[in-house]
Order: sequence, then C-alpha cells, then structure tokens
Amino acid sequence: MAYQAKAKILKNSCVGGNYFKMEISCPRVSKSALSGQFVNLKISDRFIPLLRRPISIHNVRGSKIELLYEVVGKGTELLSRKKAGEELDLIGPLGNSFSYVAKRTPILVAGGMGVAPLVFLADKLKKQKPLVLVGAKTKKQILCVKEFEKIGCAVKTATDDGSVGFKGRVTDMLKNLLSTIDYRQLTLYACGPKPMLKAVSVIAKIKNIPAQVSLEEHMACGIGACLGCVVNTKKGMKRVCKEGLVFDSGEIIW
Amino acid sequence: MANLTVNIGKLKLKNPVMVASGTFGYAEEFKDFIDLKKLGAIVTKTITLKPRKGNPGPRTCETPAGMLNSIGLENPGIEGFIAEKLPILKKIGVPAIISIASEGEAGEFVELSRRLDKIKEVSAIELNISCPNIRDKSRLISQDAQATYELVRSVRKVTQKTLITKLSPNVTSIVEIAKAAQAGGSDALSLINTLTGMSIDVRRRRPKIASIVAGLSGPAIKPVAVRMCWEVYKAVDLPIIGMGGIMNTEDALEFLIAGASAVSVGTGNFINPKASVEIIAGLKNYMTKNRINDIKNIVGSLKT
Ligand SMILES: Cc1cc2nc3c(=O)[nH]c(=O)nc-3n(C[C@H](O)[C@H](O)[C@H](O)COP(=O)(O)OP(=O)(O)OC[C@H]3O[C@@H](n4cnc5c(N)ncnc54)[C@H](O)[C@@H]3O)c2cc1C
Ligand SMILES: Cc1cc2nc3c(=O)[nH]c(=O)nc-3n(C[C@H](O)[C@H](O)[C@H](O)COP(=O)(O)O)c2cc1C
Ligand code: FES
Repeated sequence: MAYQAKAKILKNSCVGGNYFKMEISCPRVSKSALSGQFVNLKISDRFIPLLRRPISIHNVRGSKIELLYEVVGKGTELLSRKKAGEELDLIGPLGNSFSYVAKRTPILVAGGMGVAPLVFLADKLKKQKPLVLVGAKTKKQILCVKEFEKIGCAVKTATDDGSVGFKGRVTDMLKNLLSTIDYRQLTLYACGPKPMLKAVSVIAKIKNIPAQVSLEEHMACGIGACLGCVVNTKKGMKRVCKEGLVFDSGEIIW
Repeated sequence: MANLTVNIGKLKLKNPVMVASGTFGYAEEFKDFIDLKKLGAIVTKTITLKPRKGNPGPRTCETPAGMLNSIGLENPGIEGFIAEKLPILKKIGVPAIISIASEGEAGEFVELSRRLDKIKEVSAIELNISCPNIRDKSRLISQDAQATYELVRSVRKVTQKTLITKLSPNVTSIVEIAKAAQAGGSDALSLINTLTGMSIDVRRRRPKIASIVAGLSGPAIKPVAVRMCWEVYKAVDLPIIGMGGIMNTEDALEFLIAGASAVSVGTGNFINPKASVEIIAGLKNYMTKNRINDIKNIVGSLKT
C-alpha cells in the first residue's frame, strides 16, 4: 500500500558539497517503509518542474524519514531551498524492497549516490555485521562512512583518483576482496550507476554469490502507470518503479 | 442536484471525467490513491494484437511545463489483456474504454474490434490512429483524411460498440480529419494525442529520448488542445472527449466551454494521482456556485 501524503520538513541541510540531508515527518509512510523503497516528491506547485522527483529512503527512525540527495538540476535545487516547517506532497513508500538472506554475511556495494538506500539496509542487517564497500570518483563524493560505522559495519572505500582508500573501481576492490576470502556464505547488495551494477552482477555470476541490485531509470509516474522506467529481464519487461527497484542480478538482461 | 451525466455515443457516463490512454495503466496502479468507482470512464493503455516490448530507454524526459514520452505501445497483446487486465476492470465496474492500435496493417484494427465486440465488459473502443511512437512514423493514419475514413468505416462494419476515434494534433487541419472520422461512422472523437517533439542534452549532444522524436504532453500543450476542440466543435456534430494538459477543474472547464462533452486527465495523473476525482468534485462545486443544473449547459458555451 502506498500513500499520497503531506510530509512535514523537520530539517534540511547541506552535508558537504552539493549533498543535502532532509528529515521529514510522515508517520503513515514511515510505518510501512522497507529498505530499498523510495518516495516520489512533488517539489513545486508550479508546472516547472512538472514531474515528481524520486528519492530513496535513506533511513527511518520512528515517524521520521531521512533522505540524502545531491543537487543536480532545478528540481533538487528547489528541494535544497526548502525550510524546516514547510510541507511536502509525497507519494510512498514505493517499489519492492531488499530481501534479507539468513545465515549469509552481507556485503553492500555502493557507487556514488548509491549509498543513500544502503544505510537503511545496513541498519536492518546490523546483526549480520555487513561489510560495506563505498566507491566514488573522488574523496569528496564518498558519503556516509560514519553512518555505516555507527551502525556497526566495517567500511572500505575506493576512489577513481585514489584520493582516499583503494585506487580504482569499487567493483575491482570487490573482486580483489573475494579472491582473499571464503565467499561461499556471502550475499551481495548493490546500488549505484548501471555499469557498476552490471560489473557486480558479472562477479556474482562467476563466483555464484546471490546478488540483489537496486536499479534507477528515468521515471514519469513512479507508480507503475506510464511504462517509462522499464528494464529488460529474463521474465520480460519489468517496471523498475513497481517490480523493482531491487532485482536479482541474474534476472537482468544487461 | 447537479446533473453531471453525459452521453458519448451509446455510452452513458455518470460524469464527464475520464483518464487518458497510457497514463493510467490498467487502473489497478491507482487503487491506493483514489476510489476508482468515482471515475466517469477508464481508457486503458493501447493494446495491439500481439504483445509489444516497446521502445528502448530512456523513454521519458521532462520539458518546460510538459514531458516527452516514447513508450512504443508496450502492452501484453489482446490475449494477455483479456486474461490479466480485463478481470480487474470488470471488478472496478466503471465503463471501460479499450484503446487499440495496429503495428502496421490497418486490418489489425478490424480484427481487434471484432474480438472486443464480443466482450460484454467492453463499453467502447477507442481507435488510436495517432500514436507517434511506432516504427513507421512517416505517416499516421490520422494524418490522412481518406485513410481515416476507410479505417473507421471498416471497423464500424464489425462492431456495434461505441467507437471513439483519437486524433493527432500533428496535422494541418484537424477539422478535415474529424469530418473523415465522422463520415466513416465514428460515434465520438478524442482530442488530442501528443504533439511530436524533441529535446537535446547539449552537454552530450544526444537526444534525451532514445527514439529521438517523442510525444509532448502536459500543461505545455493545453492551448493547442483547447483550440482544436473548439474548431472541431464548431464544424463536426460528434461528442468530443477533450484532453491535453488537464491538471485541475479550471483546465477541465476550459475544454468543456470550448465544446468538449467530456474530458480526460493524462499526464496530470502522474503529478497528482487524485487529479481526476478532484476535478469531478470541482465541477460539481462550480455548477452549484453558478447555478448550473446540467453539465451539458456548459458544453460549447464559449461567448464570442
Ligand atoms: C528510484 C530513484 C531513487 C533515487 N534516489 C535518489 C537519492 O536517494 N538521492 C539522490 O540524490 N538522487 C536520487 N535519485 C535521482 C534523482 O531522482 C534525480 O537526481 C532527480 O530527479 C534530478 O532532478 P533535478 O530536477 O534536480 O534534475 P534535472 O534537471 O531534471 O536533471 C538533472 C540530471 O538528473 C537526471 N534525472 C532527471 N530526472 C531523473 C529521474 N527521474 N531519474 C533519474 N535521473 C534523473 C537527468 O538525466 C539529468 O542528468 C533517484 C532516482 C530514482 C529513479
Ligand atoms: C506516458 C504516456 C503514454 C501514453 N500512451 C498512450 C497510448 O498508449 N495510447 C494513446 O492513445 N495515447 C497515449 N498517450 C497520450 C495521452 O492519452 C494523451 O492523449 C496526451 O498525453 C495528452 O494529454 P495530457 O497532456 O493530459 O497527457 C500517452 C501519454 C503519455 C504521457
Ligand atoms: S515510472 Fe511510470 S511506470 Fe515506472
């Protein structure tokens, strides 16, 4: 069940660079929210920007929902200027969710903004002590390391330019890691750009590790009505906003 | 009590507010947000004889006060529709208008209509002869008066159901095409489908939509749509279902005053899933306030 509801903004502040964190209060949505789901925000009452903007659920604490977003265009720019006390028309929670796999150690792989939904997931999985691999182009774009550590996760970072952590791709770091440990009791969760998810799915296939990937596509409706966001899978075309965002990596035809 | 009922061919609607093809899925997608039973009618996503996978992505992008789409008529085909989607529509109990199209052969429209004619739950058939997003874009049926006439006539021969012809705004004279549809035996007209458009990512010098040319919808096209409804209203004696950028009651009233007997909410459903039912309530309010007891008295009431 998804709701169209008014959420109250409790906090909206810059957390460095172009990154913002927003806290909203929306009990109906927070109550049923699962990790891996997203909300679709109406940013303006005007017709520019017209469509809602999809943002992942970054974490949930009681009736509070946290969102982590990057300002990349006019919609997110307007969002960043909203003040505590203002209301936001929101639809959510939307999409399916990550599924938890008992008796397997989770490795979470994040690329860029892909960290956003993985904090909520790490929180849910904390008893299983997940290992988190965070990758980005450069140090400034490595987000949420402290949050993951606070939850109790071990965190490793990778940057393309080597400004922090492993120099190279996060998926190369994953590959290296898997060659040094026993990977038979692992399970992978990944969120990030499509090429990264594809690389994760190739690794998962070779090593025969179950992997769930969270996809992103351009969305017009976010509720399964427009067929704008589909992805080709072994079981036919699937709506990323409805049958996803989370898919078994082996299901996707990349 | 304000009378909101309208007639579209043989079809009697309890109110003039419907939802446009391709913007409402097969209705179940909206069950969390509105009471579907309140709608005047539901127009389904266009179906074809065989299932279609649709176009590659990206399929949508935003434009100033509008959006472009190139879905490419992804649909489960008539068999899939009857097996999976029709039972849902049946349960909702609101008149279901089934939108159909052909991938090439005009004969496909006839075959589809023949099949749908036998199904009790099908309240009307909408002929989508105006989708810009199928491969042979060189010419749409609705860009050719003679082809429109012949197509409607051949479908008319195989079904007694209410026939609605959906026209393209991408023409020199919409009136000429509307007249051809009337001559062919159409009971009503849907105006308008999307306008063809294009948007470019200047950084990458690439089209924002994979298929390059796509269909423009939303508030940006409303003035064009209202103008076309008005022109057709003056020239053709058929009920018009007006659409194009309807977001709220005031927009819906514009179409009714211009001559539309009913309206369809399209892109507006994406921004506000409650738009259609809010418009129904809004129309009632407007009538009460202005002491109008029958919605038909608003239709075509433009003062010039
Ligand atoms: C399910 C989902 C969850 C998301 N979660 C987050 C999140 O937690 N944090 C975050 O910062 N971002 C997230 N995004 C991306 C975010 O939705 C886009 O950055 C935002 O819509 C851009 O809007 P804008 O008006 O600022 O930019 P625009 O000016 O519209 O566009 C700027 C850039 O963003 C891209 N973009 C625009 N709309 C979308 C869209 N609907 N989906 C994907 N890319 C788009 C454009 O192609 C362009 O490159 C998510 C996207 C999806 C689909
Ligand atoms: C995503 C999307 C998909 C559409 N698919 C169809 C379709 O399958 N068949 C059809 O006749 N019209 C289709 N349309 C056109 C709409 O039904 C409508 O005619 C048009 O969008 C104008 O109305 P609007 O501005 O309110 O959206 C589609 C429109 C959109 C935005
Ligand atoms: S965004 Fe409309 S179906 Fe997914």
